[in-house]
Amino acid sequence: MRIIALVNRILKQMRRSPRTIILMFVAPLFILTLMYLLLSTNNTVKTRVGIYQVNDTIVTNLKSNKLTLKSFNNKNKLQAKMKQHDLDAFITVSGKKIDVTYQNSDLSKTAYVKNTLRAGLMKMNTKALINVTKAQRDVITRQQQALLVLTKQQPPAQKVPSKPTNYQISNHYLYSNGSATFFDQALPALIAFFVFFFVFLISGISLLSERTSGTLSRLLATPIKRNEIIYGYLCGYGIFAVIQTFIIVFFTVYILKIQLVGSIWLVLLTNILVALIALAMGIFASTFAQNEFQMMQFIPLLVIPQVFFSGLIPIDGMAHWLQAIAHIMPLYYAGTSLQNVITKGYTFSDIGLNLLILLGFAILFIWLNIRGMRRFRKV
Amino acid sequence: MSSTAEPIIVKQVAKSYTSGQPVLKNISLTLHPGEILGLIGPSGAGKTTLIKAILGMEAIDRGEIKIFGTTMPNRKIMARIGYMAQSDALYEELTARENLQFFGQLMAVPKNQLEQAIQHASAVVNLDHVLDRRVSAYSGGMKRRLSVAIALIQSPDLLILDEPTVGIDPELREQIWQELEAQKKAAKSIIITTHVMADAEQCDYLMLIRNGLAITQGTPAALKRQFDVTTIDDVFLKAGRLQDANNRVG
Ligand SMILES: Nc1ncnc2c1ncn2[C@@H]1O[C@H](COP(=O)(O)OP(=O)(O)O)[C@@H](O)[C@H]1O
Ligand SMILES: [Mg+2]
Repeated sequence: MRIIALVNRILKQMRRSPRTIILMFVAPLFILTLMYLLLSTNNTVKTRVGIYQVNDTIVTNLKSNKLTLKSFNNKNKLQAKMKQHDLDAFITVSGKKIDVTYQNSDLSKTAYVKNTLRAGLMKMNTKALINVTKAQRDVITRQQQALLVLTKQQPPAQKVPSKPTNYQISNHYLYSNGSATFFDQALPALIAFFVFFFVFLISGISLLSERTSGTLSRLLATPIKRNEIIYGYLCGYGIFAVIQTFIIVFFTVYILKIQLVGSIWLVLLTNILVALIALAMGIFASTFAQNEFQMMQFIPLLVIPQVFFSGLIPIDGMAHWLQAIAHIMPLYYAGTSLQNVITKGYTFSDIGLNLLILLGFAILFIWLNIRGMRRFRKV
Repeated sequence: MSSTAEPIIVKQVAKSYTSGQPVLKNISLTLHPGEILGLIGPSGAGKTTLIKAILGMEAIDRGEIKIFGTTMPNRKIMARIGYMAQSDALYEELTARENLQFFGQLMAVPKNQLEQAIQHASAVVNLDHVLDRRVSAYSGGMKRRLSVAIALIQSPDLLILDEPTVGIDPELREQIWQELEAQKKAAKSIIITTHVMADAEQCDYLMLIRNGLAITQGTPAALKRQFDVTTIDDVFLKAGRLQDANNRVG
């Protein structure tokens, strides 16, 4: 009853605050769109490509200092082979058909190989086309000369060289299946980050203003329980956090059309846990702030560092002590889980442990908040 | 807990904030049923601190506080108390009606009586015609009146009002006092802090607080007689000088 009253009040307050609504619901979409436009172009990296039955012409056109080719004499056990030789892609040519299998765990590498192959083939075609055109021109010149010399006599028809080979590329992916870009790879981390950031800020500042305006102590002069205040806050702002999560996830999947291999519900579930943690952490941090500006000071301290460990930068490549730090950050568990669900199609049981850890974080901060309310009223 | 117990008993309470200087030094008081007790004293005397200690919102270092026989702090007893804080604690984005609804719900006013309770409480402070306006559009005086209305919402047995008449015009002040008198007749008990001497005159019993001590107490008439003056202001001035003189001697 008292919790419902509190939730109702929060919903009313939020509805009356269009700025907050825009900050929560529109700002993340704006930034995501901007990043989508900025990051959808690829940066290059060193890649290793296995080849089988690829003719020399293609090989010559593929060669670059960012692409190492390794020849094989069969294409058996492709997956094991790619793993063993650390190949980012494997190209097989049979007739006019080119089969490319991408390992696709690093999406920028996939994109690089894909573009190089396409460019290589185009270069080849252009060269062939030039040769063909030259040959055709020669034929025509000779015909014209013949025409001039032997005006009455028709020269024997000369054969015009054929068109260049039109290869058909068909792509295969070990992980995921798509037109992936760096954006797709960064996206899982970005989604989690935005959910975290905006929920943290809004819940923190709301409880802060509740405290500085005196309404919190007024609230504590009623028979409300301390934990009812915390639960009321979690529910009230939780509703907005969930709506925000839905908007962000559906926007990225259906409007920005990212490759989603796993279940959208799993993505939502993970993000709802992130929102819950952000809510609880925001409320917790607000107790250490005296004003909005001090609340903002927690952002570089508590929020930004988590981004780096959320999968935006591959964790495996980090120093061991940095990896250890990653494990105390909620966004690390959220980011890696989301990445695995979105790009590799991990299932609930695959990320279950991470979800449990996230739930643990949420419970820890909720408990700390309920404890923290004792500062304001002893009972 | 018995309903016949004294609404408030404060016994030898001392309190200092972590920053040092004691704010309350050995304060005792009793509020009897159907009585209006006025705490008067200059700004910084410790009135608000005493009020918060009574409500259990500030921890005390020493002494004992009971409300209706229950040792404070106690959560459930809050339902029987109508509290008005010194600074308005209102939700500015909400309308006055929504503020009253919210606190009414927290105070467990039954749903079918809430509308009537809001009507009554807001009529006392002349806000019944502007209930659906947002608090952010209220003037300072209107906010003060809304705070009074919130304190009255569950028609509590005990009213604790911290400077209820600041920024309220004389006419309305009179109206609020009429309501306080009506509450008193209904056997409700009231404790108010004030530095408006006109308020002090209307209390049944006064306690003058200065430097964290109760320097004197009694009915307004008895105090004026005791100090041989005609206004409470003068009582205060004389009592204050006496305290300073004693300090110099002691
Ligand atoms: N939260 C606090 N922390 C430290 N000192 C405080 C706090 N609240 C009040 N004080 C100090 O306690 C004294 C009494 O304050 P207060 O009870 O508000 O007085 P009054 O209500 O009579 O004006 C003042 O000197 C004030 O500065
Ligand atoms: Mg005060």
